[in-house]
Amino acid sequence: MATKRKTSPLTRPAKRFFGHELPGVKPSELTGKLIVIEGADGSGRSTQIKRLVDWLEARGHATTQVGLKRSNLASEELERAKNGNILNRTTLSLFYATDFADQLENTIIPSLRAGFVVLADRYIYTLMARDLVRGLDEEWVRNLYSIALRPDAVFYLKLSPEKLIQRNFMKNHTLDYWESGMDLGLSMDMFDSFVQYQQRLADQFEMMRKNFDFTIVDADQSVDELNNELRSHTERVIH
Amino acid sequence: MKKKPEKTFAQLGYPGRLVAVEGIDGSGKSTQIYLLKRWLELQGLKVFFSEWNSSGLVKSATRRGKQQKLLTPTTFSLIHATDFADRYERQLVPLLKAGYIVLCDRYKFTAFARDTVRGCSPEWVRKIYNFAALPDLTFFFRAPLEVSLNRILQGRPQLKYHEAGMDLGLSNDIEESFKLFQGRLLKVYGKMKSEFGLIQINANQPIEEQQQEVRQRLAKSIDLKQYQLDN
Repeated sequence: MATKRKTSPLTRPAKRFFGHELPGVKPSELTGKLIVIEGADGSGRSTQIKRLVDWLEARGHATTQVGLKRSNLASEELERAKNGNILNRTTLSLFYATDFADQLENTIIPSLRAGFVVLADRYIYTLMARDLVRGLDEEWVRNLYSIALRPDAVFYLKLSPEKLIQRNFMKNHTLDYWESGMDLGLSMDMFDSFVQYQQRLADQFEMMRKNFDFTIVDADQSVDELNNELRSHTERVIH
Repeated sequence: MKKKPEKTFAQLGYPGRLVAVEGIDGSGKSTQIYLLKRWLELQGLKVFFSEWNSSGLVKSATRRGKQQKLLTPTTFSLIHATDFADRYERQLVPLLKAGYIVLCDRYKFTAFARDTVRGCSPEWVRKIYNFAALPDLTFFFRAPLEVSLNRILQGRPQLKYHEAGMDLGLSNDIEESFKLFQGRLLKVYGKMKSEFGLIQINANQPIEEQQQEVRQRLAKSIDLKQYQLDN
């Protein structure tokens, strides 16, 4: 587990499991690169990923994209669970982990074996942060996701809750129930709840920095500026 | 990493008690837990028999995964853990808080055995399930492998793919695969017996004798008077 690691980020071999290795996977065969973009809704993740894909493909790299709730196994039911709010927190956490593991084994690992650059629109960090904010035991959560591959790079697009709210309104003119953490009962007022919830998530990300390597990127800049910054970080990983 | 000691429902202060039966297919455990339930309810006790009654959502994902053979050992383990958690949070915990004797046909030991045999890390699986307390009493029904196999193969000629462990690639013959798979499960159960204090019942004796033994063990460890319905 991450707390035991003392090697520096530069010398550490890439693409190793955080903890428990998956049956039948040899890390040395995974020649592609795994790049993770984290950040709240409204931080610009999907726009940035789209641009990174264009840039990578223009340079001749094959890419694959993954994200939360995109597995064949569980995405449909997770979407319905979100709409009905009928699953308890441990159940929902495990369901998301199932969705993640399905994509890990069926998309991420095969793509890395084939030498692709995999761009992940969110990864285990968001899932862990959400669980921790909901009071699940940290050691339990860490163990659950110890099957994950350590990415080659993690970019966390950081934006204050106040700015996030403005971006969400610009995009949808409404706040999402789950992105506002309404299930936590922090406040009956959605605006207040959103700000409090996003602040708690940001705090979790801040704490996770101690155990995982993130590159924190200020998302409060223009699309082009932000993408240039991401490209220069990505360039270092790719060659 | 420090291991948190796992506790039973009694140790955690729940008024209810959880009794589980475990064993491989064909060990006769379902018959035994049914008779146990009859005995308790005929005495007018607060008893609930928990069947796998998962929410439609988890069930639908599991069914698709199995039918389309989408499952790997890891996702097989996780989707079943999700299903278990759903049942645990929605059904078991509320009933145990309400002071029921809850009877479970299989509990987390089934997952430990099944997932370990499929190649998942035993430590990983156990930690995932440690959100669930230990049963107050677990009966492990053990019969010689051949006896269990005969019971199943005679009564149910159509074996299911995952139940026979066909996904492990042990044999292309479903009956052969079933035998090998059940044999491995039995070995893991044997190891868990002392670790978790499972009470072994010789399942190769008449139904009545097994039931008598189970009832005696239960009455010895649970004060049944406390679970009267009228209280």
